[in-house]
Amino acid sequence: MSALESLTARLRDALPPDALITDPVRLRTYECDGLTVHRATPGVVVLPDSAEQVAAVVGLCAEHGVPFVARGSGTGLSGGALPRTDGVLIVTSRMRRILEVDVPGRRAVVEPGVTNLAITEAVRDQGLYYAPDPSSQQICSIGGNVAENSGGAHCLKYGFTVNHVLAVEIVTPDGEIVELSEQDAGYDLLGAFIGSEGTLGIATKITVRLSRAPEAVTTLLAAFTGIEAGGRAVSAVIAAGVVPAAIEMMDALAIEAAEAAVRCEYPEGAGAVLVVELDGPKAAVDREFAEVERLCRESGAFEIRIAASAEERAAIWKGRKSAFAAVGRISPAYIVQDGVVPRTALPGVLAGIDRLQEEYGIRVANVFHAGDGNLHPLVLFDDAVPGEEERAEAVSGLILDLCIEHGGSITGEHGVGVDKSRYMPRMFSADDLDAMQLVRCAFDPRGLSNPGKVFPTPRLCGEVPGVRRGVHPLVEAGLAEQF
Amino acid sequence: MGTRAVEDAGRDERAGKALAATGVTVRPAVPGDAVGRVRPRWVVLPETAGEIAAVMRVSAEHDLAVVPAGGGTKLHWGAPPSRCDILLDTCCLNAVIEHVAGDLVVRAQAGLTLEALREALAAAGQELALDVPVPGTTVGGLVATALAGPRRFRYGTARDLLIGITVVLPDGTVARSGGKVVKNVAGYDVGKLFTGSYGTLGVVVDATFRLHPLPADRAWVTAGFEPPGPLGDADRAAGLGAALAAVSGSQAEPSAVELDWPDPDGPCVMAVLLEGTAADTRAAAVRGLLGPDSDLRPTPPPWWGRLPEPPAAQKGEAPESRGREDEVLLELRITPPRVPGVLAEVRRAAGDLGVRAAVRGAAASGVLHIALHAGTDAGTVPGTDAGTDAGTDAGTDRGTDGGTDAGAAARFVARLRAEAEDGGGRLLVVAAPEEVARRAGRWGRVGALTLMRRIKERFDPDGRMSPGRSVGGT
Ligand SMILES: Cc1cc2nc3c(=O)[nH]c(=O)nc-3n(C[C@H](O)[C@H](O)[C@H](O)COP(=O)(O)OP(=O)(O)OC[C@H]3O[C@@H](n4cnc5c(N)ncnc54)[C@H](O)[C@@H]3O)c2cc1C
Ligand SMILES: Cc1cc2nc3c(=O)[nH]c(=O)nc-3n(C[C@H](O)[C@H](O)[C@H](O)COP(=O)(O)OP(=O)(O)OC[C@H]3O[C@@H](n4cnc5c(N)ncnc54)[C@H](O)[C@@H]3O)c2cc1C
Repeated sequence: MSALESLTARLRDALPPDALITDPVRLRTYECDGLTVHRATPGVVVLPDSAEQVAAVVGLCAEHGVPFVARGSGTGLSGGALPRTDGVLIVTSRMRRILEVDVPGRRAVVEPGVTNLAITEAVRDQGLYYAPDPSSQQICSIGGNVAENSGGAHCLKYGFTVNHVLAVEIVTPDGEIVELSEQDAGYDLLGAFIGSEGTLGIATKITVRLSRAPEAVTTLLAAFTGIEAGGRAVSAVIAAGVVPAAIEMMDALAIEAAEAAVRCEYPEGAGAVLVVELDGPKAAVDREFAEVERLCRESGAFEIRIAASAEERAAIWKGRKSAFAAVGRISPAYIVQDGVVPRTALPGVLAGIDRLQEEYGIRVANVFHAGDGNLHPLVLFDDAVPGEEERAEAVSGLILDLCIEHGGSITGEHGVGVDKSRYMPRMFSADDLDAMQLVRCAFDPRGLSNPGKVFPTPRLCGEVPGVRRGVHPLVEAGLAEQF
Repeated sequence: MGTRAVEDAGRDERAGKALAATGVTVRPAVPGDAVGRVRPRWVVLPETAGEIAAVMRVSAEHDLAVVPAGGGTKLHWGAPPSRCDILLDTCCLNAVIEHVAGDLVVRAQAGLTLEALREALAAAGQELALDVPVPGTTVGGLVATALAGPRRFRYGTARDLLIGITVVLPDGTVARSGGKVVKNVAGYDVGKLFTGSYGTLGVVVDATFRLHPLPADRAWVTAGFEPPGPLGDADRAAGLGAALAAVSGSQAEPSAVELDWPDPDGPCVMAVLLEGTAADTRAAAVRGLLGPDSDLRPTPPPWWGRLPEPPAAQKGEAPESRGREDEVLLELRITPPRVPGVLAEVRRAAGDLGVRAAVRGAAASGVLHIALHAGTDAGTVPGTDAGTDAGTDAGTDRGTDGGTDAGAAARFVARLRAEAEDGGGRLLVVAAPEEVARRAGRWGRVGALTLMRRIKERFDPDGRMSPGRSVGGT
């Protein structure tokens, strides 16, 4: 009997019957996440409904030496939730309770399967919300957000998941239930766990900070003839000391796709559009908004639209929010890339992407969080044309090289997962990666928690070498005092 | 000399030679270099990451314990190291490596003081939005102690603004994590582990931070409150609580809401900072919440951004100057709505135990510092032998006229800790005479202690980095 088979027998005893899936057809529904090029049918799937059940499953995995992978809603874009054929997929879809809402204390305690938006919906009528807002917020789970340290359009001003999570209860790869809290003294393990992509254990309970909804929100759309002018406007706004809630940019091709898909009716002839949103105290927003408008005009905006109502705001955002899916209208297939460059390097990197388009005969639609230099180039190709997919892959990879060259990162929010682990050695030295492995080995010495993700060649942890336990020889010899 | 001492002298000499051979500036330690009474043998003054690495390799070969020091401003705080051969002073690593104003990012060396950093950034109209309460603090010390001041309410603490780090591990490996872009999720965030590490995992060489524009305007609103009352006086607590909730939740978006209660018999002051565009209009809105007796001021109150000082032993006396060795500094971490209730408990416990404590901190973030005197050094009170009751924790530990005593201070800690932890909070002993810290325990509850020990074992398997200085003896 294989390890997985004997484990499955034990899981049958440990879990209610409907919490274990072994039927091949049903298993296949879990074969990929939002990045569908990577697929694998999981060995077994479990649907625990409590931390104790997760701990029981993980404990049995540890005992049998079987790898396990956590899965939230499966919207990840880096293959982080790609299952193991020889392992267990632990799906949090039955852990969807909001356990506690503390309005005066501005916090909520939720289970990992709760969707991002469900948290905001539960507190909205109190004037509160959960700030990080990935575009996938209607479906993605808070557990997945914690694992990816997800951002959103408004993270320029408000930060990422790591800035809004106060505590996480985890099941360690040994099967222990442990709380990581921002209030604890010592190393910031909470911060290290967030963004670890399921490789340090499974989050089973999450305490999030709730923010007060801002008094005023204003949104404008500025149209430019080209991306350079748009870039100038972004720099001018930042240099003026304004920190907008969001500044998003789309280039001509991305606008064309959005028009085709959702008829967003952005100004005709725009070579680039900028969406700028300010929020905060009304007195401050009013003044800063006037300044942003002026700076956009000075940078060459030929048309500016200001949202006067929630509907008009939604209309402005519609094109931007639809961009990923929209390119499907202008291209049979595409790759969503996620890279980051220092904001001041944007012009150079965009020029570099243009050169790659010409050289490889591949079109790239640019959509990006301009405020923090997070690019989402959409690399378009036709999979029916031989060789085109390979060329698109090449362009996609070279864009990451451009990001690294300019002092940026290979991922701003989608994570490394299985997709980008091979790029890690381009961004980090072997010593850097080894230092990260020390963290992995402390949490997961057997390497069973989501193995094969994030790091290219996991190194064996081994025993901790030469740990000194007991009294120091100098103390023993009476030559030093221990205080 | 016995053979053992001869062997050790030989060992010392070999290690000393090896250190000298690195070419790094080394000097023999003098008594003033002691870290919490443990005197190192050498002080090294490296100037580059490579030099730190060379020192660390020698320390690995010769089994030498290393304690990194920044400004050394409060090196004696926290647990003393169980041993210390080398004091690694980062003062020569004091440059701003890169400041790209357009990216709102700075990379600075560990030994740079925050004052010097502030000056460099202000020239470009920017700042690192952390108000560190201790002058002379360095970038490395900031990261290692995870310090933050009033504006943590708006900007968080060092871990929230740190985006990249370079460290030297105990075996001399130079490793980097994060980078120089704010948005970056590639790999583990090793920098997070180094925040709050007190020099126990390795040496911070440089750190990269996210910056903010210097606010155009600042305004403070202050208001006095009756001291949080003893048991039964719910009204006072409710008044303070309501004001705190109203201000911290207000649409005026304050950057900080501080509370200062310097004298247990006097009033308690709330100070609210508004900064940025339309600060005045927003300050007026806060005054609306705090009532007509509140004041609008263009500058902060004198105590702003400083740690509290222990009150005088007797009511009415002037507080003593800082730096007495019997100072106890506690850090309370609770959810903000519990602040008034916990302050009332501070008062009750202080009354019961004869302790006089001052409280100050970021009330809207639920982080408060409490300062008191524990009587002299080893717990003895001058002119009495009250300190000899060490170990008789069951005795009546009321303070005597010189201040408190070790037993009373330890009980005070225990009571407040019970109160804090009861509601999911924490109470940390930041600084205290060893006797108090030993009796009360420094850290209180730490959910992930086992994991922290495992991190320490992996990063520093020989236990040579600031041994014994962090949580759970790590
Ligand atoms: C249309 C679209 C738009 C998107 N927009 C954004 C965006 O704006 N910003 C952004 O940051 N991301 C975005 N994403 C990516 C994705 O939605 C996020 O990464 C999200 O956090 C994933 O959540 P999930 O529940 O779907 O996780 P999954 O895809 O199920 O898993 C993601 C990773 O998390 C791990 N994981 C899941 N649950 C747990 C748990 N409880 N404990 C430990 N590890 C766990 C998995 O093992 C895997 O490694 C977008 C995706 C799509 C499809
Ligand atoms: C253990 C301890 C706990 C403290 N806790 C608090 C607190 O909670 N609140 C508060 O307001 N003040 C606290 N302080 C006091 C004081 O605020 C800080 O010591 C000071 O501000 C830090 O600045 P510094 O550069 O002078 O560091 P130092 O006083 O020289 O060192 C402080 C700590 O940081 C470590 N360290 C310094 N530089 C490096 C480096 N480059 N790499 C790795 N480690 C380094 C040291 O080993 C030491 O543990 C604490 C101090 C100590 C020693």
